[in-house]
Amino acid sequence: MRSQMATTQSTAHAGHPAEYRRVYVWEFPVRSYHWINAVCMVGLCGTGYLIGAPIRITTAPEAWQLYWFGSIRFVHFLCAFVYFFNFLVRIYWGFVGNEYANWKNFFPFTAAQRKEIVDVIKTDVLQVKLHGNLSLGHNSVASLVYLMTFVAFAVQSITGFALYSSMSASWFPHLFHWIVPLMGGEMNVRYVHHLVLWFFVVFIIVHVYLSFYHDYLEGRGTISSIVGGWKFEREKQ
Amino acid sequence: MGNASQSIWGSMQSKGYSRRDFLQFCAVAATMAGLGREGVGEVVSAFDRKAKPPVVWMHFQECTCCSESFLRASHPIVADVLLDVLSLNYTETLQAASGFQAEKCLNDTIQNNKGKYIVLVEGAVPLHDDGVYCMIGGRTAESILHEVAKDAAAVIAWGSCASNGCVQAAKPNPTGATPIQKLVDVPVINVPGCPPIADVMMAVVTHLVVLGQIPSLDDQGRPKEFYSRRVHDTCYRRANYDAGLFVESFDDENARKGYCLYKVGCKGPVTYNACSVVKWNEGTSYPIQSGHGCIGCSEAGFWDKGPFYQHLPSFPGFGIESTADTVGAAVGLVTLAGVAAHAVMTNVRKKKIISEVHEDDQPEV
Repeated sequence: MRSQMATTQSTAHAGHPAEYRRVYVWEFPVRSYHWINAVCMVGLCGTGYLIGAPIRITTAPEAWQLYWFGSIRFVHFLCAFVYFFNFLVRIYWGFVGNEYANWKNFFPFTAAQRKEIVDVIKTDVLQVKLHGNLSLGHNSVASLVYLMTFVAFAVQSITGFALYSSMSASWFPHLFHWIVPLMGGEMNVRYVHHLVLWFFVVFIIVHVYLSFYHDYLEGRGTISSIVGGWKFEREKQ
Repeated sequence: MGNASQSIWGSMQSKGYSRRDFLQFCAVAATMAGLGREGVGEVVSAFDRKAKPPVVWMHFQECTCCSESFLRASHPIVADVLLDVLSLNYTETLQAASGFQAEKCLNDTIQNNKGKYIVLVEGAVPLHDDGVYCMIGGRTAESILHEVAKDAAAVIAWGSCASNGCVQAAKPNPTGATPIQKLVDVPVINVPGCPPIADVMMAVVTHLVVLGQIPSLDDQGRPKEFYSRRVHDTCYRRANYDAGLFVESFDDENARKGYCLYKVGCKGPVTYNACSVVKWNEGTSYPIQSGHGCIGCSEAGFWDKGPFYQHLPSFPGFGIESTADTVGAAVGLVTLAGVAAHAVMTNVRKKKIISEVHEDDQPEV
């Protein structure tokens, strides 16, 4: 019945389509942050899991002929450094970037934002409010989840570099070594570092799915926006 | 147990050691304290004049494995002589005195050597129920420790019990076993391990006696000389770790070949100790060399990080076999299933969604 009505209406208003405005939402540093982070994150999760549960891919008569596990760990450390400094760039951009990149987005606790949290849950989880007027940038639930990922970033950086510090002569990882005595030894640090890995695995699954879902639902270029930066906002009538 | 005012050389002379023996001992002591050849002269002149440092060795909640280890030091000349060099005035395990005589020995040492004597503590101190779980001569371990440590020059906490509680402090820690450093105000040197390596114990004591100062300690109060590197860093099987050659089970071909024990629970990568360098029993071997992974006995709370035969600890509340990985993988799968279900729901309701969105997209009339 509804769909019939819609068809009638669309015919009735042919020639008067809704007007959309192009908005440059994700600036280049935000997009580059996103993709560098995506590559590093997948690399870190994959190699991190292997470091915890290594598999043997090949064999050799002597240990010196292979460096497979060493390479896995090298990739992990490489990604870790890139991801850490990439994260710092993003924090900087939170202070100088546009309104969608601003750090305040990630603390969605104003009355309007709290209301949007309910709206997004209605849209995403309950599927009862399918065409809510959600924020053009990050919606409030996404912001909240990103805030959690930032906390997880910080935890992984601190615990990761603390674990790394015992095999590094460089001053940088030693900045994080204080966490080891605080947590009562490296066993605990390693455990927490490993546990948070699974937070990222779950985050990646949900994040990728919901991006596609919102692209489909909102129809304003969610997926392409993280490549080109542009989104579309419906003009006010 | 020896005259405390006598110099170390004097004491050795009276026992019939030659000057040559004495100089040999000084050279070994200098080496163990981490001094170069130039340091030997310093040690000789110190031992010529220095009075025997009075030492009391306290035993609380422990199994005496630290004492047992200490007796097996692989440099007999140091072990023999050091026990002579130290004026070991009180130790429950070895002393001949008992009862009131033993108490008097302890009291005299404390009263006559305020600020000069060294306290070696083996074992944790229970605090629950007013400390009734460890009583000596009708007094709690806690009150004895406070009295003994108050005027001590330094306290050495032998073994994991005294350093971090060890098995007595394992959850739920029924007796409230507490490490020494949380109870006293004087500087504490932690020498963890269950037991610590004999030569390490000897070297720490030597450092204190020879240089008269506390060795440089890391942020967990352990001497850097012996606890600044992981067992893993100097392990002779390390090359297998980097190559990705692992023992999968204790009876497989890889175990026979001596591959890395990481996958069967070796805690070497998270354990700070000198086992793979100093080794045990006169440098004969150490756990990994014998084909068994390190259980991390010198790390705080290693009893609660089990099982010993898997690298990651069990995840609390999910049974003994489940690690963070099993739980994480389960959560990941549930998430995937949820996402799939959501996608199916979205498609089932596709018509409704499209019509609503479409309707909303039309300009108002």
